[in-house]
Amino acid sequence: MIGDWLDIGSVDQITPGTARTLPVVGFDEIAVFRTQKNEFYALVNKCPHKQGPLSQGIVHDNVVTCPLHNWNISLKTGEALGEDKGCVPTIPMKVDAGRMYLLRSAVVGKRAA
Amino acid sequence: MNAPSTLMDKDNTAAVKERLVVIGNGMAGCRAVEEILARDPARFDVTIFGAEPRVNYNRIMLSPVLAGEKAFEDIVINGDDWYADNAITLVSGDPIVSIDRATQTVLAKSGRVEPYDRLLIATGSDPFIIPVPGKDLAGVVTFRDLDDVDKMLTAAEKGGSAVVIGGGLLGLEAAHGLSLRGMKVTVVHLMPTLMERQLDEAAGYLLKTELERRGQTIVTGGDTAEIVGRDGHVSTVRLKDGRTFDADIVVMAVGIRPGTTLAKSAGIEVERGIVVDDHMVTSDPAIMAVGECVQHRGACYGLVAPLWDMCRALADAACESPSGYEGSVTSTKLKVSGIDLFSAGDFSGGDGAEDIVMRDAARGVYKRVVVKDNRLVGAVLYGDTADGSWYFDLLKKGEDISDIREALIFGQAFASGGALLDPNAAVAALSDDAEICGCNGVSKGKVIETINAGACSLDAVRSTCKASASCGSCTGLVESLLALTLGGEVQSGPKTMCKCTSFSHDDVRRLIGEKNLRAIPQLMQELHWTTPDGCSSCRPALNYYLLCAWPGEYEDDQKSRFVNERLHANIQKDGTYSVVPRMWGGLTNPRELRAIADVVEKFNAPMVKVTGGQRLDIFGIKKEDLPAVWADLNAAGMVSGHAYGKSLRTVKTCVGSEWCRFGTQDSTGLGVKLERMTWGSWMPHKFKIAVSGCPRNCAEATIKDFGVVCVDSGYELHVGGNGGIKVRATDLLCKVSTEAEVMDVCAAFIQLYREQAHYLERTAPWIERVGLDHVKAGLFDDADSVKRLAARFRYSQTFCQDDPWAERVAGKDADLHQHLAEVRPLSITEYAQ
Repeated sequence: MIGDWLDIGSVDQITPGTARTLPVVGFDEIAVFRTQKNEFYALVNKCPHKQGPLSQGIVHDNVVTCPLHNWNISLKTGEALGEDKGCVPTIPMKVDAGRMYLLRSAVVGKRAA
Repeated sequence: MNAPSTLMDKDNTAAVKERLVVIGNGMAGCRAVEEILARDPARFDVTIFGAEPRVNYNRIMLSPVLAGEKAFEDIVINGDDWYADNAITLVSGDPIVSIDRATQTVLAKSGRVEPYDRLLIATGSDPFIIPVPGKDLAGVVTFRDLDDVDKMLTAAEKGGSAVVIGGGLLGLEAAHGLSLRGMKVTVVHLMPTLMERQLDEAAGYLLKTELERRGQTIVTGGDTAEIVGRDGHVSTVRLKDGRTFDADIVVMAVGIRPGTTLAKSAGIEVERGIVVDDHMVTSDPAIMAVGECVQHRGACYGLVAPLWDMCRALADAACESPSGYEGSVTSTKLKVSGIDLFSAGDFSGGDGAEDIVMRDAARGVYKRVVVKDNRLVGAVLYGDTADGSWYFDLLKKGEDISDIREALIFGQAFASGGALLDPNAAVAALSDDAEICGCNGVSKGKVIETINAGACSLDAVRSTCKASASCGSCTGLVESLLALTLGGEVQSGPKTMCKCTSFSHDDVRRLIGEKNLRAIPQLMQELHWTTPDGCSSCRPALNYYLLCAWPGEYEDDQKSRFVNERLHANIQKDGTYSVVPRMWGGLTNPRELRAIADVVEKFNAPMVKVTGGQRLDIFGIKKEDLPAVWADLNAAGMVSGHAYGKSLRTVKTCVGSEWCRFGTQDSTGLGVKLERMTWGSWMPHKFKIAVSGCPRNCAEATIKDFGVVCVDSGYELHVGGNGGIKVRATDLLCKVSTEAEVMDVCAAFIQLYREQAHYLERTAPWIERVGLDHVKAGLFDDADSVKRLAARFRYSQTFCQDDPWAERVAGKDADLHQHLAEVRPLSITEYAQ
């Protein structure tokens, strides 16, 4: 699992239905989500609307509601749902033997402003 | 055709689209493009020039933006992606300065030259500036675009006085917004009646009385002589009769005139507006015009509804299936919250016109319909506008109303023989082309088509055809149409809690007790939730209802808490947090102040602010630093102020009899006791208390959820006040004679609110919904009610008064504050936790 995939820790570190943050030095911070159904997703921790920290939103099904203005963001696609328009980058993620991995090339996606 | 030469240079002439250039990125220009795209998306290459540096927005919704009821993003009609998706080139912030009809090109301010095959002028209208001395002073603004709104908001932030010149629709909406923003507003209107073009004298009077009751000064028959400045900025408005009014800002809203400058200088026929035929084509066959800039059959329009019809006719003609526009009958609604006002057609009377009038003073209702030759020609409604669209429909159709004449004034339900008392039936009787949504120009037929195509909820209708998506005043009509079209499958009655359930808030609270529901997943299962784990609106509500129902037993669900309540601090726009330690009754001491000062320096907090609730707010703290900040504050004896929670916030006090020469009781001491009793409690919404030591009321107790005003003989207890966007003074609940009674009634009132209000409902709307009598009955009808409620509150408090900060400092929920890991891309190392 070394190489393309970056080990970011054990799945136990995230309570189902919550998210935790993963700062990337020099790049956008990543929010790693675990849903109630134990699906894992990683997104840039910035709402497409006003850059609110998505990691602090309420997670329901595979959607997170941004804590600043209640935009609903799909964890699968990063797209804003409903009438709102916008998209946040997602980072490919997989879980193997209780460890979480992010695609290394996507972690250093966009240099932070 | 007069195709330009550049086209001939191209090889694939067959596939070349015509170039449509639109001058004006407003509602008319974009609507026309939408209509054209809906007919033939492949016909034109579209370029839109806009003078404002932004995307297309709903100009008629600027009033709610000014009033703080909407944000700019709420009123955007077409965002960036609409232009991209439809391959439209948007050139914003670069106005067109001239049209060269000979070469068929337009020239923009930046020097950009754009050729066109068809040109559409949609330059709208310009505000009319009355030519008085001082009109060019700084601080004189119009009310036309978002920049104007920004200027007004900037002025309103500083407070002070505003003078609005013009008491028409626009002027009154500006006045309302500025008044809500805290300015002292005077409206100066030239005519004797407000909105005289839409209202008759009686309705104008009712409107004036209501606006005055709301604190505005209304001057009718006021002719402005001069705007007086000081240091280049407005300071006073002087009328011709000598009266003067202070003004930190002057809003000029006397009217609009069609924006014809460009067309005129290009030699196109212009009278009052740009002259167009029934297909919106100007005197130059390659140039069309639409919206407020045009003059059609002698008429210019300044309202939104005619625009939709014009755009339809224009698109039909541009796509070669001409239909023709025949002019519009217009109606008006005033977008001032809490005032229902509708007007349509002609109500000036005249030969052969008969008035039918109904007044209901107790309800503040005035209705007048004008009938001529057995046809409805005008209607003015004030206070009850439910039948507005029905009257408007009758008026546009010009149907013979002799059969229903006797009941006409009582509205559709009665006029139809009593068979239509059901509001759904009333909507069913509207014709298909009756307008449902005035903001977005959506007809009944269009809404039904949308529902039949699969939109089976209000939200779906809003997002699909935009009906009810702007001001929301037609929500009831859309709901009726949903019910009619889906055959009663849509439930009427109280609103459901959210999209996840068909139960209302009250149902859910009742069923929690009846079915002994004790956890969110169990509740969702038993009550047939339609989503797997709820949504961001029902989850926090359920968490609160369960917490309130089962004190000491229910385990708080952090996943269902808003971030502020999960992190016990207030999230700010940049993702940092602000921290407010509790200061009991607004009292503090050197030790606390030193600790706060030390925290500010140690954590480089960029700002400290004194709050309205008599405490200190420390800004700019990172979530990782919160536990350390709290540890330092705890060490100085301070606990969480719950400034972030749907919970008891502050108890504001004045200095009372201990110091004040007017004080009648120890208001400070009583405030501290109340805060010690109530702190830490979770509520349906935030809850503020104040105690004033005398009726001068320095602690502003009469705009709090629970307010105590001390008098010589005891304590007046007030409830349901609110100082927010909709100010509400408290209702007097009762008068008591001892501090102990104050404490009991306070605890009992809070518990009644906790047990009965809907989540996110402040005491003010709760009391308005259930009535003060209901609250009084709940507290006082039974001699023991206060004691029982207070006992339940105190029991619940035994589980709530642990400082959440101290728990976090001790290590609870550390995951919420710490990062998972940190990635350093060059050497890719991770921290262990």
